[in-house]
Amino acid sequence: MADELKELKIELSKNGIFTTTLEELYNWGRKNSVWPLTFGLACCAIEMIATTMARYDLARFGAEVFRPSPRQADLIIVSGTVTKKMAPQVVRLYNQMPEPKYVIAMGACAISGGPFRDGYNVLKGIDRYIPVDVHIPGCPPRPEALIHAFMTLQKKIDEQALAGSARPRHLNKDLPSEFPVPAFGEHGLEPPQNNEVFHEAAGNPLKVIQ
Amino acid sequence: MALPPVEQIKAQIEAGVPGASVTVILNGSPSAQHSLLLDPAHARAVAELLRDHSEWRLDYCTLVTGVDWPDTETSEKVKVRKFVKAADGTESEQEVDEVRKTKVPGYLEAVYHLFSMEKKHGQVVLRLRTGNRTDDTHVPSLTPVWRGAEFQEREAFDLYGIVFDGHPDLRRILMWDGFKDYPMRKDYVPPADEIPVIEVHS
Repeated sequence: MADELKELKIELSKNGIFTTTLEELYNWGRKNSVWPLTFGLACCAIEMIATTMARYDLARFGAEVFRPSPRQADLIIVSGTVTKKMAPQVVRLYNQMPEPKYVIAMGACAISGGPFRDGYNVLKGIDRYIPVDVHIPGCPPRPEALIHAFMTLQKKIDEQALAGSARPRHLNKDLPSEFPVPAFGEHGLEPPQNNEVFHEAAGNPLKVIQ
Repeated sequence: MALPPVEQIKAQIEAGVPGASVTVILNGSPSAQHSLLLDPAHARAVAELLRDHSEWRLDYCTLVTGVDWPDTETSEKVKVRKFVKAADGTESEQEVDEVRKTKVPGYLEAVYHLFSMEKKHGQVVLRLRTGNRTDDTHVPSLTPVWRGAEFQEREAFDLYGIVFDGHPDLRRILMWDGFKDYPMRKDYVPPADEIPVIEVHS
């Protein structure tokens, strides 16, 4: 929306007139009813559970309904170490979720492998196979950090345009909504990353070009 | 009643199982966890003796693990008489230092820690060694003696490649079936595309 329109809207609201757009209304509804998948991997999952309970109360953000089926969920919180043996299942769960769908990579392990990065059994970041919307560092991140990630995601949803070339994936049928599930190879996962999703030099904070 | 010293256990095993040869491996550290190296041919009989012996009753195997001992190279300096060409072209016999390298082949080791629930004593540490690290990686399974060793022997098979003969269900337990490497071996190298890039500040 143009800046003058925004100013006009503020000016009108000061005089008791409420205006909105379809896009705003649509995104407002979507961002306040994100349904995460009941899915935990490691110690980060304990913090995720704590976030949903009374003390931190994720329900304040409209995300209290953790769905037990990927068919009914639109957010997957990758909470913990993704082992190579688990990675195909994580990608498969993501593929089974209907659009629009979002991913939060919670904690150092989900981002990059974390303290287990050198291990033979650990996937070095879930962003190798699925597109991640919000990364939260921490080992594990505190519930406040997960809430912050959730608010960041809400902001991201709020800013999505419904039309035009910048429209999100679920409104653009040329963009994929499913991603290839890695296979168990002789020495590791095959392929080691999905280059459509994983942009090593640009996106990976651990890759440093001298 | 406490267990007798390892030397006595060794002597009693060798008396109890004809033909068995047991080597005591002493641990010089303060923990003094000495262990018994068994020969593969009699390991099963020795294990049964340890379990059923009326005074020892080592009925509980707490731990089975693998150890990888890679091939090592020892070098020693030897004095050799040799014809040496001097700078002016004349040859003369001289004593020269030469470094001789000998390769010591490595092996894989399965380690068992035994306790007695009945007698409330322990522990006795057993070791079994394979012939080498490549083609002769067999040791007898002790799962028929201590049932609890089953999954831990599978783990040692999975991660070190020790083949336990006589194991009831020897499959990989942590890695998938098509996996070819043994990741806990010292010479394991993870796939090149996964090796982390380390940040260098210049």
